[in-house]
Amino acid sequence: MSGTTGDHGHYSDAFLRGVLDRVKSIAIVGASADPVKASYFVTKYLRDAGYRVIPINPKMAGQSILGLPVHGSLADLPEPPDMVDIFRNSTAAGGVTDEAIAAGAKVVWMQLGVVNDEAAARAEAAGLTVVMNRCPKMEIQRLYGEIGRIGVNSGVLVTKKQPLKKSFKKLI
Amino acid sequence: MSERKSFGFETRAIHAGAAPDPATGARQTPIYQTTSFVFEDVDDAASLFNLQKVGFIYSRLTNPTVAVLEERLANLEGGAGATATASGHAAQLLALFPLMAPGDGVVASQKLYGGSINQIGTSFPRAFGWQPTFVDTDNPDNVRAAITEKTKAVFVESLANPGGVVTDIEAIARIADEAGIPLIVDNTLATPYLINPIQWGATLVVHSTTKFLSGNGTAVGGVVIDSGTFDWSKSGKYPALSEPDAGYHGLRFHETFGHLAFTIHGHAVGLRDLGPSQAPQNAFLTLNGIETLPLRMQRHVENARKVAEFLEDHPAVGWVSYAGLPSSKYHALAKKYLPKGAGAVLTFGVKGGYEAGVKLVESVELFSHLANIGDSRSLIIHPSSTTHRQLSAEGQATAGAGPDVIRLSIGLESVEDIIADLDQALTKTLG
Ligand SMILES: Cc1ncc(COP(=O)(O)O)c(C=O)c1O
Repeated sequence: MSGTTGDHGHYSDAFLRGVLDRVKSIAIVGASADPVKASYFVTKYLRDAGYRVIPINPKMAGQSILGLPVHGSLADLPEPPDMVDIFRNSTAAGGVTDEAIAAGAKVVWMQLGVVNDEAAARAEAAGLTVVMNRCPKMEIQRLYGEIGRIGVNSGVLVTKKQPLKKSFKKLI
Repeated sequence: MSERKSFGFETRAIHAGAAPDPATGARQTPIYQTTSFVFEDVDDAASLFNLQKVGFIYSRLTNPTVAVLEERLANLEGGAGATATASGHAAQLLALFPLMAPGDGVVASQKLYGGSINQIGTSFPRAFGWQPTFVDTDNPDNVRAAITEKTKAVFVESLANPGGVVTDIEAIARIADEAGIPLIVDNTLATPYLINPIQWGATLVVHSTTKFLSGNGTAVGGVVIDSGTFDWSKSGKYPALSEPDAGYHGLRFHETFGHLAFTIHGHAVGLRDLGPSQAPQNAFLTLNGIETLPLRMQRHVENARKVAEFLEDHPAVGWVSYAGLPSSKYHALAKKYLPKGAGAVLTFGVKGGYEAGVKLVESVELFSHLANIGDSRSLIIHPSSTTHRQLSAEGQATAGAGPDVIRLSIGLESVEDIIADLDQALTKTLG
């Protein structure tokens, strides 16, 4: 599948599955150590799902979240992450997107509620894939049958037996 | 199979939520008759209890069989998620629970199912201090006039029980929206096959699944479906969803779970603390019913229309209230909101009043005389001698349960047999 197609607001399941399947390492900009914040839940969930997760938080540089070393900025990373997941407001997401492009990331993913069309256009022009206003944790749970456990409408119909595995990365 | 919204209603009525069982490959949804589920390890348990991941802990909160029913109904109504409950009444309690505090108000239609008038009009204010204001929603402006600063929700039925009343959902949803409060629609009588209230602007949809959804009169149950479109944080009026929750270490449901906040709260707080979860056996029976919902509803409404037309011409009948009839004042609304049919519950007046009503229910042979609706069997009740017996004459009249009123729920028998039974029993009331 093509790397940059994403009809913002109407991502197909196949497109999202492709993105989540392709990336191996994810830098989370705005990762938090506060266990009631979504930016902590998602860090923990993506780590448990089998991704190499790199928390980014300037206030916590040198410390760790969930045992993962925290970096102060994307520019400090020794090697490019496959994906940058942005837990910042829509305006701040613009600068983070430019840093993600500079750092050599292949995917920019803005969290639920975060939308920056100009930044998305710059990233796509630089050959990156962009997802906005979605949560990767929710999408994995939706696409792989977990979210239905609490009554959520996944919109996915399945007639094949799914392998019995603990986490998503082991499912694919 | 994958893509969202691209499958037809009939396909989703069978497949939504129900993958083959991952443990065994069982194709029909298994009944997970268990109270509890083992944790993988302590970290897994902690993640589940802290809502950092979704899974199964204890069947008061979530259960795999019940979860299939929840996803099925969320899908059929076009919602973000659903919470199944022990009954339709429990669904109404769970819908209001996150929205209301003592002293808050709910504006409700005065033509709700009688049991809902009792629940919202008497028990909720007495036990919880939730103040009801009942209005005639035939004029949507009455809803606007009744809304105050304290009003936290508007509650109506899409198609009201007893028969014949269709609500102008789009107009009332607009009024609720202007006031920044959610509209809750009880869609029990219409089912998602005949109307999806969320498409017309409803925030929450509730059902008594006891009726047409389960369809065979086997299982009492209910469900709350959330559209996922309401901004619970905007006004500060819904602190249970927008403010830190002490029971979850200060987690804010709306900030953390976005459009899934209401559904996750419904399980993690609503079912956890109020406790009316649905039994897996009942969820299984209801799922089996839903598989044939489209076919059954087609026949229910076809039979009901023929019965209504027959009654309208019968010499022993004074009037018929069924929105599918051109004579109904709700006919235009029925055409707009219920193009596939105006449901299968209707009322009519038997000439000869109370005595004739008693004679009728005692003379039917195929109809069952009982206090339910939405069964494959045709059902009949004479409210003034049964469900509304305790009310004064004025009370009965306001409730639409005067001495001559008969309520029918038309079943799936051969329509000739249904009509013949009514004909012979009505003829006896004349003699
Ligand atoms: C329209 C409507 N809503 C709610 C209910 C209550 O449902 P339950 O009996 O499942 O509690 C009923 C039951 O008769 C009903 O007809």
